[in-house]
Amino acid sequence: MVNVLVCVKRVPDSSGEILLTADEQSVDARHVGYTVSPHEECAVELAVQIASATDGTATVLSVGSEDAIEQLRNALAVGCSDAVLVEAETDRFGPADVAAAIADVVTARASEGTVYDLVLLGNDAADTGDFQVGVRLAYALGRPVLTGISMVEVQGDRAIARGDGPEGTEIFELPLPAVVTVMEGGVAPRYPSIPGRMKAKKAPVENKSAGPPTVGPGRVRLKLPPSQPSSVEILGEGPDAAPAVVDLLTRLGVVGR
Amino acid sequence: MIVVLVETDREGATLVSREALTFAREVADRAGAGPLHAVLVGPVADDVDAALQGHLAEQGVAALHHAVDDRLTAYAAAAAAAAVVDVVKTASPRMLVAAGTPRGNEILAHVATRLQVAMAANVVMVDSDDPLVVTRQVVGGAAQEEMRLDDPVAVLSVAGHACDPRAAEAATTPERLEFTPTLTDADLVARVVRVEAEAVDDSAALTSARVVVGAGRGAGGPDGFKELLELTDLLDGALGVSRVVTSLGWRPHHEQVGQTGSRIAPDVYIPCGISGAIQHWAGCSSAKTILAINSDPDAPMVTKAHYAVIGDLHEIVPAINEELRRRMA
Ligand SMILES: Cc1cc2nc3c(=O)[nH]c(=O)nc-3n(C[C@H](O)[C@H](O)[C@H](O)COP(=O)(O)OP(=O)(O)OC[C@H]3O[C@@H](n4cnc5c(N)ncnc54)[C@H](O)[C@@H]3O)c2cc1C
Ligand SMILES: Nc1ncnc2c1ncn2[C@@H]1O[C@H](COP(=O)(O)O)[C@@H](O)[C@H]1O
Repeated sequence: MVNVLVCVKRVPDSSGEILLTADEQSVDARHVGYTVSPHEECAVELAVQIASATDGTATVLSVGSEDAIEQLRNALAVGCSDAVLVEAETDRFGPADVAAAIADVVTARASEGTVYDLVLLGNDAADTGDFQVGVRLAYALGRPVLTGISMVEVQGDRAIARGDGPEGTEIFELPLPAVVTVMEGGVAPRYPSIPGRMKAKKAPVENKSAGPPTVGPGRVRLKLPPSQPSSVEILGEGPDAAPAVVDLLTRLGVVGR
Repeated sequence: MIVVLVETDREGATLVSREALTFAREVADRAGAGPLHAVLVGPVADDVDAALQGHLAEQGVAALHHAVDDRLTAYAAAAAAAAVVDVVKTASPRMLVAAGTPRGNEILAHVATRLQVAMAANVVMVDSDDPLVVTRQVVGGAAQEEMRLDDPVAVLSVAGHACDPRAAEAATTPERLEFTPTLTDADLVARVVRVEAEAVDDSAALTSARVVVGAGRGAGGPDGFKELLELTDLLDGALGVSRVVTSLGWRPHHEQVGQTGSRIAPDVYIPCGISGAIQHWAGCSSAKTILAINSDPDAPMVTKAHYAVIGDLHEIVPAINEELRRRMA
């Protein structure tokens, strides 16, 4: 019976054009909608798989505005058992503050009798990309941590994890409880079913609120990188362009090396 | 003083580590922030070590702190961080820099947590020295953040390919300072127990290839890659794909280019049937020349590319292959 806690962040869906809010403190997502990082979708999938393989539980947590309930419901719809929404003004939170807020929940649940053997996060958030909440959380909880993991299984009281390293796939084994950050690629996140969506509506959600941030993000402002005007040269249309393409590749020195 | 954490591969310091050294040296020179030091964690082979010395000399590094301990043979982030913290405590640098690689970011996150300071990931520029403000990539490179770093030591990783490695005006003879780091058993709990070498060649080939052929949804299905792989072979390159391709299971994830895949910087990138979403662009924008093949002349990949051919990739790519074979014969 493994209890997994998986942390997701509600972020603007940035597939299209990006706009900033007038105060330059965040991405204006009113017209694009919200999502979570693909890394976190994989973390949710792993949490659900581990919970079902061990007859355990998968709790999904988000620190954010009350609207983050949307991302929590999506995770409930693909098999998480319950959710925690920690309300906070995340724009004023830095990674250390988010880690502290998550650690508070883990500690509070432990004192109520639920120990999270495994806490899963994404490797990096899709918006702020700080690459550190998981590590900071692990230190706050005094647990070992792995980052950039694509696959994790639980065998008894140990986690077996795999991830891409500079020399190939790296295998790790570590004792539980532990913290693991997940990178896309090891599992395919499932789609919610209709019964899943129905169940998600009734699943228990605990609402909490975080205290004020003690560290903050250090953000001065956001800005957009300078956009380059298009200077594309069209070599042609269809297969007739092949000679022009090969001429270009030859000039660039990449033919017949 | 600025200290740079270096990673090595078979050729000495990795390309991104040399970029980070150049980045740090230029900051140090401009701000008068004193000598440039490097820190290396764990054992390296003799030939790699010789090449590394050459790279450090060329980058103007005054001293190399080398953490040596049998327990550092298998990678453990916490142990590496303990070693780097030792260097920070003895050398008191103004700045600690690493390349924005998975390991660079991981070790810095541990170090920053241990030192109770902030960490800025994927920095592209230092805006001002007092107060220290850096610009870093956020939203996968679609936006940037100006971030203040007010701690006594600024901990930051440098985004891959934010600058080219350039040699210092005067080469140095780096002093070698070997030390035994203070490690605890807890630092070694989360460590690599085994490496399976199979996938290496592919992903390593992708990030170091001079030519990358890209394939997106336009490939049409799992069987739509034959001609693209042929082109890859003819150009002695590597295949890189979009996230649509990996999430549909047409190709393995280690071939993915982008925010949540590899970042590539080839001489030539040939994205075929890839729209050029910002998250894909984040991984390929450092290519020197981009030649897009796409049926839509308004696709972002086409408008951002240097060159483009408009039309069906399944007609264009075979014609290019044929022309290449004809000329190479
Ligand atoms: C947080 C986050 C992280 C992400 N990370 C990544 C990442 O790392 N890498 C990545 O790639 N994506 C990533 N994405 C997804 C990204 O937003 C896009 O959805 C994806 O890149 C689109 O893939 P595509 O270009 O293959 O498909 P599409 O956008 O569907 O484009 C297909 C293109 O092919 C062209 N085409 C179709 N048929 C043909 C034909 N026969 N011949 C020629 N051209 C044709 C079309 O004109 C179109 O331009 C991420 C998204 C999010 C939200
Ligand atoms: N506000 C948040 N709520 C829940 N989880 C978060 C939040 N911010 C970050 N995380 C988790 O921490 C991971 C790494 O974030 P970061 O260090 O900010 O790049 C993310 O992928 C999430 O899993």
